[in-house]
Amino acid sequence: MQCNLLTSLTSGEQATIRSIDAEEGLFQRMTAMGFRIGRQIELVRRASFSGPLHVRVGSTDVVLRQTEARRIQVSDTRPT
Amino acid sequence: MKRIALLGMPNTGKSTLFNRISGASARVGNWPGITVDLMSAKILLGGHIVELVDLPGIYDLHGFSDDEQVVRHFIEQNEIDLVMLTLNTSQLDRQLSLALQVRNLGLPTLLILNMADEARRSGVTVDVASMSVQLGMPVAMLSAKYGEGCQEALITAAATMNRSPHPAPEQLRAHLQTDDLIEREMDAIMASSVQMPMQMNDALSAKIDRIVLHPWLGLPIFFAALYVLFQFIFTAGQPLQNGVAWILGYVRGGMLEPWLANAPPWLHGLLLDGIYNGVGTVAAFVPLIVLFFLVMTMVEDSGYLSRAAFLTDALMAKMGLDGRGFVMLLMGFGCNVPALMGTRVMRSRPLRLLTMLVIPFSLCSARLQVFVFMIAALFTPNQAPVILLALYVMSFLATFTTALLFKGQFQNNEPFLLELPPYRFPTTRQIVMRGWHEVSHFLRRATKFIVIGVVLVWALTHFPGDVPPASSYTLAGMIGNALAPILTPIGIDGKLAIALIFGFVAKEIVIGSLAVIYGLSGDPLMQLIGQKLDWVQGFSFMLFTLIYTPCLSAIATLRNESKSNAFMWLSILWSLALAWVVSFVFYQSARLLGY
Ligand SMILES: Nc1nc2c(ncn2[C@@H]2O[C@H](COP(=O)(O)OP(=O)(O)OP(=O)(O)O)[C@@H](O)[C@H]2O)c(=O)[nH]1
Ligand SMILES: [Mg+2]
Repeated sequence: MQCNLLTSLTSGEQATIRSIDAEEGLFQRMTAMGFRIGRQIELVRRASFSGPLHVRVGSTDVVLRQTEARRIQVSDTRPT
Repeated sequence: MKRIALLGMPNTGKSTLFNRISGASARVGNWPGITVDLMSAKILLGGHIVELVDLPGIYDLHGFSDDEQVVRHFIEQNEIDLVMLTLNTSQLDRQLSLALQVRNLGLPTLLILNMADEARRSGVTVDVASMSVQLGMPVAMLSAKYGEGCQEALITAAATMNRSPHPAPEQLRAHLQTDDLIEREMDAIMASSVQMPMQMNDALSAKIDRIVLHPWLGLPIFFAALYVLFQFIFTAGQPLQNGVAWILGYVRGGMLEPWLANAPPWLHGLLLDGIYNGVGTVAAFVPLIVLFFLVMTMVEDSGYLSRAAFLTDALMAKMGLDGRGFVMLLMGFGCNVPALMGTRVMRSRPLRLLTMLVIPFSLCSARLQVFVFMIAALFTPNQAPVILLALYVMSFLATFTTALLFKGQFQNNEPFLLELPPYRFPTTRQIVMRGWHEVSHFLRRATKFIVIGVVLVWALTHFPGDVPPASSYTLAGMIGNALAPILTPIGIDGKLAIALIFGFVAKEIVIGSLAVIYGLSGDPLMQLIGQKLDWVQGFSFMLFTLIYTPCLSAIATLRNESKSNAFMWLSILWSLALAWVVSFVFYQSARLLGY
């Protein structure tokens, strides 16, 4: 199975979360915000000047920096 | 007395429910992390007086940011007779995990599914009875904002509280560690009790976001909106303010003067020229403050703050801060104290300290009063908005300079992860409550600081009694002369120096003391100031007032939140130094250019 970083999605694309590589505290915060393995995630938009990403996981819209987004691997990228 | 704790993820409406049940006015806003401290109220429930406690939001029971620590300590150290666990119904897919964690604590718990109104609109349905069976706790669906379902929930709360025995606090600590099977159980409950539509995001929010979060237009739209808002507050506030000033003058001339006609001159002076003029000049700003906070309430409740964090994070990252820091600066426009406390949501201490170091430069509503007053005295109505905007720009520049200079000392790699809530609009009730809250806050400050402040100023400018008031032979004059070597190079004279000294305590006193020093109020005071100062001096004075330090409460908060005297002194000394340098550069260059 081909895995990519979450940062590789373009706006409007959807994918499935495959792995989250973060230390305990961040991992728990991400889980509480709805990032879980097997979940669908959509990249809604990116801020300019390589700012944060706006993503949608389940019912929740979240913004996260690219550093954090690079900890998330996704597969099955497809347009919405 | 029995105790009920409101627990839940951030931004799920705990404070709204708290206000709804107790009639209190805890601060509410569409931003995760509005409540960062405990707040309690007494309520009557099932015939008993019960203490209801509003807690900061938590994502899970392991959290270690400072606001989450508050909750943990509270749970560990207090006997809790009932947990009202508040979740956002539309986000059950992720928030249910907290219910399972809390259930493991073994405390009597009532699960509140809040925002029933929004859930209905987006097509989420919950089988409350089945969820209650699966979780083994009562479940109540309600809307704290509109009141629907609240009565029924309270009845259930009373029953649940009375029935269940509660474990001792020591036993809880052990439970805070484990939560393994939670995920699987969560999926099972979701599958059998909750129905969520495939596409559930609020179409209106998405549409608004397409405009305000536009990659190139987002920031310009933000600054344009800011300008329009301040323009509005300024133009709508001015006539109201004149109205109050007129009434106060009328009361003085028509009632107080005749009434005090036979009083000894010193008493007459102290009461009328001191307290009445001083406090009255400040009181004239009440309408402006109300208007300002009405606008703030709408902005805070709209959900735009999180969007502002998204838009500015890239810029803030270059200064060692993050988008939440920018939001704290915006909150600081109201009052720096809650903004300083709002930094508790940050986990990394260096980031928190750096953010707290810059917040005091945020132009708060008390400083706004001084500026509105000075601008009206020194500039034409056409120039006024531009000058005010310039001061807001200066406020940001002081922030950015400070952050850039100090980011090396406060390095951090705090992750940036923030929810974007849907756009919401406050109800009239919420707006009125907030407006009233701010007015009463202002009046409390007025009675505490301002009266004492203006009395002291009056005393300083009238002793010794055998010389002309406010002349250089009075105590005030002597202090002014002593400070002259420092303040003359930035164009600030002895009289303004006295105002600045008292402004250290609270900025409202600045205009109050000017009224006392010049022995006038209302229009005549403005005219006199217009004659005594030119615009260069006036602007230099405003720059200094903006930067030199917010007020005593802010400093005390800074000290409490950082738990470090050294940090507090760093903040005070740095602000004073920066204020002097900025005013000096401005004043001397303006003079060199021939103004
Ligand atoms: N539509 C709707 N909005 C609600 C309801 N209850 C609260 N809100 C809104 O949700 C937002 C958050 O409310 P708060 O009461 O501040 O939430 P909180 O849980 O105290 O948040 P923190 O203190 O930040 O943890 C505000 O904009 C409220 O107006 C509700 O029942 N329906
Ligand atoms: Mg709250």
